[in-house]
Amino acid sequence: MLGSDAILRALEHEGVDVAFGIPGGAILPTYDAIARGTTVRHVLARHEQGAGHMAEGYARASGKVGVAIATSGPGATNLVTAIADAWMDSTPVVFVTGQVRSSLIGTDAFQEVDITGITMPVVKHSWLVQDVEELPSVMKSAFHVARTGRQGPVLVDVAKDVQEAELDFAYPDDVDLPGWKPPRTVHPRQIRAAAEAIAAAERPILYVGGGVLNADACAELRALVDAGQLPAVVTLMGKGGLPDSHPLNFGAPGMHGSKFANWALNKADLVIAVGSRFDDRVTGKVSAFAPGAKVVHFDIDAAEVGKIRRADVPVVGPLKAALTQLTAELRASDHTPWLRQLDEWRQRFPFRYAKADGVLKPQTAVEAVRDAAAGLDTDVVWTTGVGQHQMWAMQYLVCDTPRSFITSGGLGTMGYGVPAAIGAKAARPDATVVCIDGDGCFQMTCQELATAALERLPIVTVVINNGWLGMVRQWQEMFYNGRFAQTHLTHAVPDYAQLAEAYGCAGFTVEAEEELEDALAGAFCCGRSAVVDVRCDPEEKCFPMVPAGAAAVDVIEAPEPEAVNA
Amino acid sequence: MSTHTLSVRLENKPGALARVSQLFSRRGYNIQSLAVGPTERADISRLTLRVDCSEHSLEQIEKHMHKLVNVLRVTELGPDESVERELALVTVSVAPDRRPDLVALSQVAGAEVVDVGRDAMTFEIVGRPDQVEAFEELVRPYGVRELVRTGRIGLRRPSRTSNRSERT
Repeated sequence: MLGSDAILRALEHEGVDVAFGIPGGAILPTYDAIARGTTVRHVLARHEQGAGHMAEGYARASGKVGVAIATSGPGATNLVTAIADAWMDSTPVVFVTGQVRSSLIGTDAFQEVDITGITMPVVKHSWLVQDVEELPSVMKSAFHVARTGRQGPVLVDVAKDVQEAELDFAYPDDVDLPGWKPPRTVHPRQIRAAAEAIAAAERPILYVGGGVLNADACAELRALVDAGQLPAVVTLMGKGGLPDSHPLNFGAPGMHGSKFANWALNKADLVIAVGSRFDDRVTGKVSAFAPGAKVVHFDIDAAEVGKIRRADVPVVGPLKAALTQLTAELRASDHTPWLRQLDEWRQRFPFRYAKADGVLKPQTAVEAVRDAAAGLDTDVVWTTGVGQHQMWAMQYLVCDTPRSFITSGGLGTMGYGVPAAIGAKAARPDATVVCIDGDGCFQMTCQELATAALERLPIVTVVINNGWLGMVRQWQEMFYNGRFAQTHLTHAVPDYAQLAEAYGCAGFTVEAEEELEDALAGAFCCGRSAVVDVRCDPEEKCFPMVPAGAAAVDVIEAPEPEAVNA
Repeated sequence: MSTHTLSVRLENKPGALARVSQLFSRRGYNIQSLAVGPTERADISRLTLRVDCSEHSLEQIEKHMHKLVNVLRVTELGPDESVERELALVTVSVAPDRRPDLVALSQVAGAEVVDVGRDAMTFEIVGRPDQVEAFEELVRPYGVRELVRTGRIGLRRPSRTSNRSERT
């Protein structure tokens, strides 16, 4: 067997059903192996960044390891954004790149870059394979490292001559990685200490992050919430990890989270962090974050515990087991007054925005998409880009199932939404996949509409088109005296509906609230990929907002609706 | 802030050292010295690192290093429970008539003459890091032309079997 075939056999052994990529010189032998036959479906992207985000979307939607394939040099460097994105959001992806021939490595050969060197800070591990005999064990190790412990990206860089070399293929049953020992159990003493802290607390709050989804611990989390009547705030990355419509889910905290979620953390006497990492977009000024609270911190990654905020009770280990054991250890405790207080804040400080005659507000568009999708008889998986539209999606979409909200949190990668949606559709063909995008984001990766159309992976993209790099514009208005430097994109160029048609997708243009319903119905029913260009108020800002570096309790709220209308 | 010595057992694989040093630069930790070499096993190297950082940072460094696939074990070498040594080569400017003074001085300090030139001599000293530093100070008035230190290497003393700071 050839090395190139060994790569495909390894993917098959690992249960990979879809891989995303683009061929090129140094990876040609592996594409030839694809041509020779494999059970792996290859989705041809139009840019390697797109392939990378598709693999991420696939991984996030399915819970399996994603795979992206690219050639050496520019193919590999085009993957870097996706690799960094997967690193920041702990998304398990195996990136496979071709490398120039072993004899040429280090000579600045055509399309040679040191991609293992370039990506070192943003992978869990990487391998440069120069001996074909190592390929099976490297592939096995790559999948193992990507999916165990804190999940994340790995890179396998394979020299072209290795892909062409002969080997006797045997896929190993085990990995030989003496230095890779992620925690497999949690310490019962720490679980008891956590239970004691909860029993002693008057105002406990769970602070749930994306780790709950990665750990497949959503059912265990819900059992804990129900058994302990513990209220929770759920971060952007954790959305869907606890049903949004659960009465004890107080939604997202942070820079554009609700005032009540931020207040809940601020006034709590016990913060129970579960797979969350005290990101600066959640905490605001760290010294003013949950100032009166003890902290219990559950995480698979010891390096996250105590990184930003000291943990009074650190609990390192797999969340599924930890949460099950914690539920079993819970003692009766009553914090009804606290729950009543949280409910009162939730009533008092809802997300709100001011409607105005003749102006289509972006929030109205997001709500309309939410309501239209609610009427579908399929599962719905949401993806987003990054910016105002993402924050409105976080605020207004209702996600009641795990892996139904896929977004770029840590890296904040504009352009993530469309390719991630295509990857999600490949993972879950029976679901309706909807990308809520911004006009700035959409233009960064919209070439992947060709992939969606030709690979028959229909997605619905709703472009919240305010004609600006909206979030940047908001910062310029609020913090740079309204000097709108280089943020105006215009509503009309490109014409998104025509662009969609050019790519073989259906295009819809919406300029008024009344047109939303029909356009969305058309997009959901057209049986192919669709783009709905919703031309919105360019001046709308996203509130509430905690300015960067401010205390999370000092929320800037949306102007009073009455005052605006008066 | 205080200075700590970390001993790291590392798989002897391409890129392994780069991963460790990259981690330090990426996370903003400063390495004072780093010595790396083979161990009793051909497939394992040992790094001895000196870092100047807070206790909190040290804990973070250890945790991050443990996440590196090539890192087998990280141990902090406390001054009381470990033995540490360093080697230095020092070329000192010296006129022929002052050579005897310098040789006498070096003998007191435990250094050896390894080369003699027309107007300079090279000494080798092996010892505890403070002894190496003392020798450096001693010869500085003569004019140190070139100096190289290996950085310290260390091992835990078998006579102190405390497992306190060992995490695997």
